[in-house]
Amino acid sequence: MSDRSKLIETGTPFQFDPERDAEFERLVTRYPTRESLILPGLWLIQEQEGWVCAEAMAYLADRIGTFASKIYEAATFYTMYNLHPMGEYHICVCRTLSCYLLGKQQIVDYLKEEIGIAPGEISSNGKFSLEEVECLGHCGTAPVVQLNGEFHEDMDVEKMKALLATCK
Amino acid sequence: MEVKLLSARFDIEDGHKIEVAKKNGAYATLDKLFAMEPGEVIEEVKASGLRGRGGAGFPTGLKWSFLPKGLDKPVYLAVNSDESEPATFKDRYILVKDPHMLIEGIIICCYAINSHDTYIYIRGEYVSQAKALQAAIDEAYAAGYLGEKVAGHDFRLDVTVHRGAGAYVCGEETALLESIEGKKGQPRSKPPFPAVEGLYGCPTIINNVQSIGSLPFILTNGADAYKAHGTEKSPGTHLFGISGLVEKPGMYELPLGLPLMEVIEKVAGGVKGGKKLKGVIPGGSSTPVLLPEEAATTTLDYESMAEHKTMFGSGGIVVLDEDVDIVKLVKNLIDFYHHESCGQCTPCREGLGWMLKIVKKIINGDGTMDDVNLLRELCDNIEMKTVCVLSAACTMPVRSYLDKFRHEFEAYVQ
Ligand SMILES: Cc1cc2nc3c(=O)[nH]c(=O)nc-3n(C[C@H](O)[C@H](O)[C@H](O)COP(=O)(O)O)c2cc1C
Ligand code: SF4
Ligand code: FES
Repeated sequence: MSDRSKLIETGTPFQFDPERDAEFERLVTRYPTRESLILPGLWLIQEQEGWVCAEAMAYLADRIGTFASKIYEAATFYTMYNLHPMGEYHICVCRTLSCYLLGKQQIVDYLKEEIGIAPGEISSNGKFSLEEVECLGHCGTAPVVQLNGEFHEDMDVEKMKALLATCK
Repeated sequence: MEVKLLSARFDIEDGHKIEVAKKNGAYATLDKLFAMEPGEVIEEVKASGLRGRGGAGFPTGLKWSFLPKGLDKPVYLAVNSDESEPATFKDRYILVKDPHMLIEGIIICCYAINSHDTYIYIRGEYVSQAKALQAAIDEAYAAGYLGEKVAGHDFRLDVTVHRGAGAYVCGEETALLESIEGKKGQPRSKPPFPAVEGLYGCPTIINNVQSIGSLPFILTNGADAYKAHGTEKSPGTHLFGISGLVEKPGMYELPLGLPLMEVIEKVAGGVKGGKKLKGVIPGGSSTPVLLPEEAATTTLDYESMAEHKTMFGSGGIVVLDEDVDIVKLVKNLIDFYHHESCGQCTPCREGLGWMLKIVKKIINGDGTMDDVNLLRELCDNIEMKTVCVLSAACTMPVRSYLDKFRHEFEAYVQ
């Protein structure tokens, strides 16, 4: 697992854009405590910026009216919150049971070779990041790859090659 | 062999849209619902024999009846859509293909337990699925099935989608509640059970998507119609996910009680490429493996699984062929559970780490017979000594591989 204890500062203050602001305010009415907004708030930050910087966490603490430590706790525990910028194309390959049985390793090996990074790394030009992840809930069409949140099923090296070709 | 009670609308074009779903029966049972007393609804669900489809198989109606009476606190419903156990991929179909069945089920459950606020906890990786679900919820609000007056009746109901963010342990019901409260997903000690003290300290029912999705059929057609399928102790149908080394993997709705091997052969086309069967994982990665001769006498119901010292689990059946390297498979399993340990119990956090180290050592050819024995001993020493059963979800299957395929481990250390 990558180091999830380091928080990165960008040096510029963060705030929600109008669309996220409205969604945040809608969510305020849905929970009896404001701390329930921590996970949804972190999602809104990540949707807006692609990752979660230290300033955004401080901003969220402020908006919710809670301790910044509570935001850090959630942001560092839940592995889907990116604590640093990811590649423009973020590729997740499922590594568990059914995908393992149906050859996920060939896809990982191909990607390592083709984009020159190991799982957990980001390519030096910032174009790709690669991760091996746990069961993605599509085991009947294993092996499965998620590219920027979109599922690609029944994968093999050929299909992975074709998918990479769409990453311009 | 397929029986489509829950998946009846899955194949209808645009069946996820409210207008199409309604034409095909969605929300038709609400008049009947509101004419009943909440207690009658609970009795009907009890009579149907419906058992929780999240893995533990606890009777749904019975769970509801544990809610304390006469409290002046709100009651919450949390719908478990975390679906993260390797080889489990059934609830997703309900979310995407028939979300209105789930919403109708939520209305039925909330009326029965007198709850006005539901949270659907959906795993973070289900990005488009969460969007599809939210779109259906928005439709239901617009059509008056959610909100201040459900279907014109004096009953408020709000449904909120809460996204997880990549932690398998949040499928455990109390970790799920922590996560809705904005905390890290660390399971709580029980008791108190959530039905007494759950979300925000209030009585809370946690049910799996498929459990809730089964309610519209039961209420519309009655408990007897549901019980007409399945076995006496395991009534109804289940969305089974069949995967692994099999010809036709996929999601199939089947009545409970069918012979496991017949399902693998006739429904899923048999072992991939005509290879020989080595074993079957019957209900998700946490369930003990069955040897071919055991699988031959197993039926797909809770009793038969227990007789064969395994579990029905989440209905995720995995077929292993003769070429599967069991030791490497075990490493893959331990890796998963170790990675997903929330870290609060030493036996789970450290123990699964030791198990991973030992199995890696064995695979690297540096292991001894003592290591194999130690791995087996660790299984016994970790289990039941932790706050939740995530650790057992690892040790139970690993023990079964060690006992049933010991020769494969021995081959590595010789
Ligand atoms: C580690 C762990 C993970 C779990 N993951 C899920 C899950 O993804 N979905 C689910 O419905 N139940 C899951 N469960 C079971 C829940 O704790 C709970 O029993 C279930 O949601 C209750 O619903 P039901 O009675 O309708 O089955 C998990 C349990 C454990 C211990
Ligand atoms: S058993 Fe493991 S996952 Fe469960 S509470 Fe303990 S440390 Fe956390
Ligand atoms: S095991 Fe890969 S999607 Fe489930």
